[in-house]
Amino acid sequence: MAKFSKSDGDVVVIIGSGAGGGVLGMELAMKGIKTVILEAGGRHGPQDFVNDEWASFGQISWLDKRTTSGDWRVSRDFSGLPSWIVKAVGGSTLHWAGASLRFQPHEWKARTTYGNVKGADLLDWPIDAKEMAPWYARAENHMGTTGTNGIPRLPGNNNYKVFAAGAKKMGYKQFHTGNMSINSQPRDGRGACAQIGFCFQGCKSGAKWSSGYVSIPKGEATGKLECRSNSQVLKIEHDKSGKVDGVVYADKDGKIHKQRARIVCVAGNSIESPRLLLNSESNMFKNGMANSSGQVGRNYMRHMTASTYAIFEKPVYFYRGTTMAGIIQDESRHDTSRGFVGGYELETLALGLPFMAAFLDPGQWGREFSASMEGYDHMAGLWIVGEDMPQASNRVTLHKKIKDQHGMPVPNVNFSDHENDIKMRNHAWKQSTALYESVGATKTIQTPPYPSTHNLGTNRMSAKASDGVVNKYGQTWDIKNLFVSDGSQFTTGAAENPTLTIVALAMRQAKYIAKQMSSKAI
Amino acid sequence: MRVLNKKAISRRSFLKSGTVTALGLTVMGPMVIGKNNAWSATFKTIGADDAATLIQMARDTYPHDFLADRFYAKVIEGVEAQAGKDKAFKSMVGKELKKINSAAKKKYKANYKDINRELERVDILKSNEKSPLFQKIRGDLVVGLYNNKEVWPKFGYEGESASKGGYMSRGFNDIDWL
Repeated sequence: MAKFSKSDGDVVVIIGSGAGGGVLGMELAMKGIKTVILEAGGRHGPQDFVNDEWASFGQISWLDKRTTSGDWRVSRDFSGLPSWIVKAVGGSTLHWAGASLRFQPHEWKARTTYGNVKGADLLDWPIDAKEMAPWYARAENHMGTTGTNGIPRLPGNNNYKVFAAGAKKMGYKQFHTGNMSINSQPRDGRGACAQIGFCFQGCKSGAKWSSGYVSIPKGEATGKLECRSNSQVLKIEHDKSGKVDGVVYADKDGKIHKQRARIVCVAGNSIESPRLLLNSESNMFKNGMANSSGQVGRNYMRHMTASTYAIFEKPVYFYRGTTMAGIIQDESRHDTSRGFVGGYELETLALGLPFMAAFLDPGQWGREFSASMEGYDHMAGLWIVGEDMPQASNRVTLHKKIKDQHGMPVPNVNFSDHENDIKMRNHAWKQSTALYESVGATKTIQTPPYPSTHNLGTNRMSAKASDGVVNKYGQTWDIKNLFVSDGSQFTTGAAENPTLTIVALAMRQAKYIAKQMSSKAI
Repeated sequence: MRVLNKKAISRRSFLKSGTVTALGLTVMGPMVIGKNNAWSATFKTIGADDAATLIQMARDTYPHDFLADRFYAKVIEGVEAQAGKDKAFKSMVGKELKKINSAAKKKYKANYKDINRELERVDILKSNEKSPLFQKIRGDLVVGLYNNKEVWPKFGYEGESASKGGYMSRGFNDIDWL
């Protein structure tokens, strides 16, 4: 395992170790490039994950102070918790459910396909499906995605069986147990899924792919990657010419260090990444780093989400087995006859009893709520995930007064639904309610969005420097040796769970960085 | 299908259940004693009377008739502990309970916990829904009640599964009624 000096100005520094940062670190190291990943959280793995929702939440979640505003219900019910993401080596790939879907071709061209949607700040991505196809293939192979590379799909659990029976009754055609980066058979030195459940709490068997215990160790094995945990970056620094030359970070005791760097890649998830750029203001970059366009922090997206839970006469035990056990894709098409642009996926979901109490209908109490909870073991459930509209006013900004434990301004996350988001959510609730009623549900519950797990946008990729923060390789328009390597570079969100796309973009970016380094362009 | 028996009586409650049948919570000194003497807890700071009111409030907030009072009392023990450490909190609890009781007396001629009908008690709670005390109790209950491992089997939730080899051979796909 490599260990690089803090004064080594030849290293590439990656901030964050999740789907973007962890994979980028592995890829660069495999190309022989000296790389240091600075991860704010600690290092955990299958040996110390816990099958206990609240205990796990305390163990791996990002719980640093944040504030919220806007009309979203999360701001009312969970005002200090805009997102449900991870602070640990592996980032939110410890918590993710494993769904690995490619964007549909038209989703790379949202502005062209959807037209001028009032109140939305849509753009086309400067890349397309053809460009990304080989990178998706590489990502699927690395992650061991079921339904690709000859890997069989996982068996469906009880929750899936109810869902699939309903899908059939509804006339849906495209449903199956998903493209999941969870081993259905032993592969890549890891075992097969034992249907433990608790996918959100860190996979105890290691069958689920995570950058934390799959990609990063592969990078470390080359001797070119150092992953420094408990190292929270507070500021990126630059030289007189305006090139970045290092970062300032705090260790777990709050002690401040500086790591020099040839290149800096920001991959701290879509709230922390723009926050870090904004907090890296200087005399040269008065509005924050890489922000000449004023776009840093803007167009925060979180996917149009919601859940539907249904109670049946007989038991289901939907928590047994994988948390996300199947998908219906029929509604992910773009078809404006439904009253909105873009589409959504339906994916099964189960929560344990403790989290069901917290999220089923936040703030509710009394007999109606209790009766739903008493139907817990007779419940089936699904999550709705669809494309939300980018809006410049949905944004991450620095709080003017509140500071974190290191004295840095905390982020405020402002979000309000676009009319299109609301129409799509209502359609999805209606369809999924009908689905469960078609197989005998006696009660259905329409559950509002949870704190965001898919945090996207805020440093978006654009064809023109004035429209976004990074170019088509995630390189910032303003500073050529500063990159963005996570979901914050998403131009638009598409309907699909974002991890596979983040991984594919990181792999593609690694090739670009290596080329730029060898040609001495950076 | 592997179906769980939610009504299995735990050894503890079996041993403790006596033949005495009480109608409600008994208040004795600083102690609140559950029905059938099944449990008791001491509330030195907030006092047994207020504690009994809070336990009833807790049940009315998330009513599960198959859960004994001790599960609700456990959450109120947390309130007692906080009141012991935080004077301002303690006085807030006392003040808010007075408000609730005076509203109860005005409308239903009895203190909150002595109102017989749940609907009437809930009516009082509804009009105090925004009070800091109610929000505190509700918030504490969401975690304190539903994250109590002892109640999980009663809802048909099995909890931790990794040490048992997951559900691969324990019913993850055994649904038989579709």
